[in-house]
Amino acid sequence: MTIELREKPLTAKDFKGKVDPDWCPGCGDFALLRATQMSVAELGLSPHQIVCVSGIGCSSNFPGYFNSYGMHTLHGRALAVATGVKMANQTLTVLVTGGDGDGYGIGGNHFTHTARRNVDLTYLVMNNQIYGLTTGQVSPSSSVGMKTKSTPFGNIERPVNPITSAIMNGATYVGRGFSGNIKQLVRLIKGAIEHPGFAVIDVFSPCVTFNRDNTYDFFRQRVAPLEDEGHDPSDWKSACERAMEWDDRIYTGLFYQDQAVQSLHALEPILDGGAPPVSHVPEAITQEQRDRIVRRMM
Amino acid sequence: MSQGFDFSIAIGGAAGQGIATPGNILARMFVRRGLHLNAYNAYQSIIRGGHILLTMRVREQEALSHGDHINLLLCLNQDTMTRHLRHLGPGAYAVYNADNITPGEHQDGVHLCGMPVVELTGDAKNKLAQNTAALGVIAHVLGLDFEVLESALTLQFQRKGEAVVSSNVAVARAGYEYSSANFTPLADPLPQNPDPLAVWTGNDALAMGGAAAGVKFYCAYPMSPSTGVLHWMAKNARELGIMVRQVEDEIGVANMAVGAAHTGARTMCATSGGGFALMTEAIGSAAMMEIPVVFINVMRAGPSTGVPTKTEQGDLWQALGASQGDFERIVVAPQDAHDAFGTIAEVFNLVDRYQCPAIVLSDLLISEGTFSVPPDDIDMSPPIERGKLIRESNGDAGPYNRYVDTADGISPRAVPGVPGHVHVVATDEHDEEGILISDEFTNPIKRRQMVEKRARKLDDYFTRVAAPEVEGDEDAEVTLVGWGSTAGVITEAMEQLQADGVKVNRLAVKWILPFHAEAVTEALSGARKTLIIENNYSGQFHRYLRSETGITADGHIRKYDGEPFMPHHIADGVRAHLAGDVSGGVFVPDQEILV
Repeated sequence: MTIELREKPLTAKDFKGKVDPDWCPGCGDFALLRATQMSVAELGLSPHQIVCVSGIGCSSNFPGYFNSYGMHTLHGRALAVATGVKMANQTLTVLVTGGDGDGYGIGGNHFTHTARRNVDLTYLVMNNQIYGLTTGQVSPSSSVGMKTKSTPFGNIERPVNPITSAIMNGATYVGRGFSGNIKQLVRLIKGAIEHPGFAVIDVFSPCVTFNRDNTYDFFRQRVAPLEDEGHDPSDWKSACERAMEWDDRIYTGLFYQDQAVQSLHALEPILDGGAPPVSHVPEAITQEQRDRIVRRMM
Repeated sequence: MSQGFDFSIAIGGAAGQGIATPGNILARMFVRRGLHLNAYNAYQSIIRGGHILLTMRVREQEALSHGDHINLLLCLNQDTMTRHLRHLGPGAYAVYNADNITPGEHQDGVHLCGMPVVELTGDAKNKLAQNTAALGVIAHVLGLDFEVLESALTLQFQRKGEAVVSSNVAVARAGYEYSSANFTPLADPLPQNPDPLAVWTGNDALAMGGAAAGVKFYCAYPMSPSTGVLHWMAKNARELGIMVRQVEDEIGVANMAVGAAHTGARTMCATSGGGFALMTEAIGSAAMMEIPVVFINVMRAGPSTGVPTKTEQGDLWQALGASQGDFERIVVAPQDAHDAFGTIAEVFNLVDRYQCPAIVLSDLLISEGTFSVPPDDIDMSPPIERGKLIRESNGDAGPYNRYVDTADGISPRAVPGVPGHVHVVATDEHDEEGILISDEFTNPIKRRQMVEKRARKLDDYFTRVAAPEVEGDEDAEVTLVGWGSTAGVITEAMEQLQADGVKVNRLAVKWILPFHAEAVTEALSGARKTLIIENNYSGQFHRYLRSETGITADGHIRKYDGEPFMPHHIADGVRAHLAGDVSGGVFVPDQEILV
């Protein structure tokens, strides 16, 4: 007779990192951190199974505050690095965390192509519509007219729409959350991690120091959960229409999901049939392989 | 000393005229006879049109360069004849389609071998018929039995079906018979060595070096002249279980490589100078996070877009200074394709040991050249040493500090997925635990500790990597110093000089950084006259040598017109320097063959 020792299930607390966040008190990023910790605990994941990859910016400090394997990489490059991680070891759960400047500005090219490839990543963008770590300049998601240190007379550039961009580029799970609604964030994040493809969640994460326009109050007055609207996430046209609304009503929730498209690693022939990750296969090639190669050279 | 058979065939035409096919057929014929091959393709960045000149040197002994001469010129168009007939000396052959190409002024003793192609083939429409008929002429001139060519043609075309094979054989036979009736073959026919050789390009060799070293993740953005590595990898990926990804740009390539390498997969990427410039920030990130990655830069003529199809050794300082900050890296410049193959496996063991990035500097001359190689030299089972890598749980419950400050500076490297070793790697400065000391917890003591830890990793580097040695005549009146791809052509230039009674030796540097400063200083201490040979304008290696050793060379031979050195370019430069005939200390040879 064997006695099964069951370890105590992990809780959100077990995913607390080695140091406390250095974010400003009241920063929206706290809520996303908390929601992510709750999500992975509820999914029964262990810290060693997760890699959290970030770029640079306030929100990109996330991996240091989250107990899992982490990579705090270069500004804008988190998705490229994360693609390397996931494709080299598809058994890992890979989260990517960062901000709007990191993801939609300097990293915009990787955003497009990661979506197109449908890499199985969960991308959490803490969108505060401002450059915070550099003390308050306009961002690619800042509203027209917004006054910042680099646009003292008001922003004249129209903002990117992360939701329609993600859908149009091929992301297969696209949601929007708000730091003021942790419950919804947990639902979105759990769905994103379980989704076998590129999942993007754009999170309204107010910057309490540098963005006086897009505050908690601004969003509280406007957010409308799609769950209450009877929206069908398989309907991309409806998703895009709702994502284009930005006035007294701004939708949050799951805009779009397509489970039919296979992820990149599922399509990769060398990983067919449950092959082990390339990170863990023996390096050496066989004599037969060598002989075949050399024969073709003769 | 007899050099044995040594013959260069140049095939010229416009892009799209099918130069590659006769080139491949001849190359296979030569290496099957055990003859050595060194081929250089002078081409332009154009898919149709322009001018291409493929020079194939076939030699009984090893061919270290594409040589000095053209012994047989196959003209596929008038342009080739007009440009290059004047380079043919007595006894050389010009083979051409007499229906539409006319030779011009030429030296005495040149064999003009015009083929009446339409008459021979009875086909006025097939524009490729002249190529095949010419192969018949060349086979006859080289003294080969027609059956040798017939079997080579069969091999080349068998995938296209019996009809294609037989029509090509018929055309080639017509050329062969016409040549037998009208042209004089070589007095010494093409010899045969006992053992057949294999053939590869430098890019094949780089890719195969990676495959042998256990590369399991390769990513790239296409860029001449590095794209051949991607092509080899893509073609062989499934058979070898290599993950190959084409990425949106070289920034993505380098960062994706860093991510893949972090999981424990041996990871490589290749590009040329412009792409390498985009990769540089990620190279620094590999150094900071202590992740081993091999970056190949196949140099071409720069700056900026430069001349994409021409060669140069112009990226030395870019490699030395790639990425911001002050950090440890390995830079190595292989000397030829064979050397490139072996170097990759060696470099992987070094980056795994030291957990740092390495930069391999190839160039167009090596990477896009085609060379023979003895098949037994292709050892694809080199030693694979992964260093302090932790890929499986060792039952160690911790605590685990990724950047623990060890005696040798090298910290055990656990990859994601291993229980009990959870940690964060960061491009920000961090402490032994991996906690950032960049923002809130800046700490000069810890910063110094981590800088010194990373630097200390390479302390035993010189015990593992061979220093360059002076080779050639003792008591030489001149010592030739080169780096990377010029090693072979310098050796052939030395042979020419030695034949003239000049006492000469060489120092060919391959491992660039860390630099064997002591060994090089010692090696050059006895040199009577030091000349540095470089494929660039400003003498990048000379400046580096001076910065590392204080040595100032006595003179220079530099070429920066996009074309590689031929042996006589260097020999002429040495003679000019010895005669005191070089103003300003820099001899710049003229490129005679213009493409």
